[in-house]
Amino acid sequence: MRSNVLQYDLTAPATLEAVLEILAYEPGEYTLIAGGTEIMVALAAGRLAAKKLVSINHLQELRFIAVTPEAITIGSGTTFTDLRKHPVIQSDFPLLKQAASWTGSIANQNRATLGGNIVNASPAADTPPALLACEATLTLVSKRGTRTMPYTDFHLGYKKTALAPDELLHSIHIKRNLNGYIPYTRKVGTRNAQAISKVALAALCLTAEGVVKDIRIGAASLQDRPARLTATEQALLNQPITPATIAAARAALLTETHPIDDIRSTAQYRAHVAANLLEEFLLSL
Amino acid sequence: MTQITLTINGQPRTIEAPPLKRLLDVLREDLHLTGAKEGCGEGECGSCSVLLNGELVNSCLVPILQAEGAHITTIEGIASNEKLHPIQQCFLEQGGAQCGICTPGMILATHHLLEKYPQPNLLQIQEGLAGNLCRCTGYTRIFQAVQQASKTPGTNSVPSPI
Repeated sequence: MRSNVLQYDLTAPATLEAVLEILAYEPGEYTLIAGGTEIMVALAAGRLAAKKLVSINHLQELRFIAVTPEAITIGSGTTFTDLRKHPVIQSDFPLLKQAASWTGSIANQNRATLGGNIVNASPAADTPPALLACEATLTLVSKRGTRTMPYTDFHLGYKKTALAPDELLHSIHIKRNLNGYIPYTRKVGTRNAQAISKVALAALCLTAEGVVKDIRIGAASLQDRPARLTATEQALLNQPITPATIAAARAALLTETHPIDDIRSTAQYRAHVAANLLEEFLLSL
Repeated sequence: MTQITLTINGQPRTIEAPPLKRLLDVLREDLHLTGAKEGCGEGECGSCSVLLNGELVNSCLVPILQAEGAHITTIEGIASNEKLHPIQQCFLEQGGAQCGICTPGMILATHHLLEKYPQPNLLQIQEGLAGNLCRCTGYTRIFQAVQQASKTPGTNSVPSPI
């Protein structure tokens, strides 16, 4: 049953500073709403627990893409449409561009934000595997100050993150040092359009003379959180791509993935398909 | 209750509403514009599509507070008086509408698509309308209507939302 909107409080402070003030005043009492593509669905389903909400959708301070020769910094309020349109995302970060393009419909991409996708922390979310593979770093802000952390340290468990109750995800920073890396990403869902993934991988690999010199694999729906597959990466590092290496990598992947049975798929299917995706990538190198 | 001022189909309007009230409900209940429909109520079906500052959005996912100062175009603002918009005319001629529930959203999604890609290929049409579900037509006639609209003069000269 739908929630009664009269029970909810929603404000839209004029500045980021004012938002941080509210979060600091009553930490944990307020939930941020940007594009609303998650919160408003929860409202419609009658499962929006937060009663006090702060809108940050209008804050242009959070909606930017800043480019230097070395890096790109993406404000958390950047929409998926903004990402898809940006020339440097298109040229340097095909994994992110692809993830943005298969997140929901055009109408959702016009509203949903990169920051929301990260903070909502769904294990099945579309952009986290790409951001993990790109070794993004996050900037978190609060009235206490600013801190940065590797994105790999952000997800702590099922829908648990390192974000403190008075903090807001400000921006996502990615180095433009991926020249020569071969990208791979594939999302397996019920259908191509608008499906939530059963399993997804995003990976980058640097090889020299057929040997893996660096590999980063981000995964969705294989653990209780978006995760790097570090054991799989270790099994591949400094190895030539041979049938034996592929078999070892498949085995390593199965040791570190813990998919579940749910309405979208089964654990067995997810594990098997994930290993197949990995093999597909390795055979393409 | 919060006072919200916004522009609907070119007309400035002021309403009083709970700030989290959905734009869809404000359109239908407060402003009696019932062209936008509620299908799923969770941003999957697109039957509540409107243009917000020229961008296609699902009005069921927009809290009214976030529409403060915005320019909204609904299906009621697409035709000029009694004359159908060229996109509507193409849907009519191609049989792109049957029961009609998805049609307002389809028309607005098509408008948004043709602004972006005046001559879309089939893949672009499919992607542009992927968020609008139709349970009657099987989509083929809708795609034909969009293709015809893309070849029709005046399709892009719609009442501007901004």
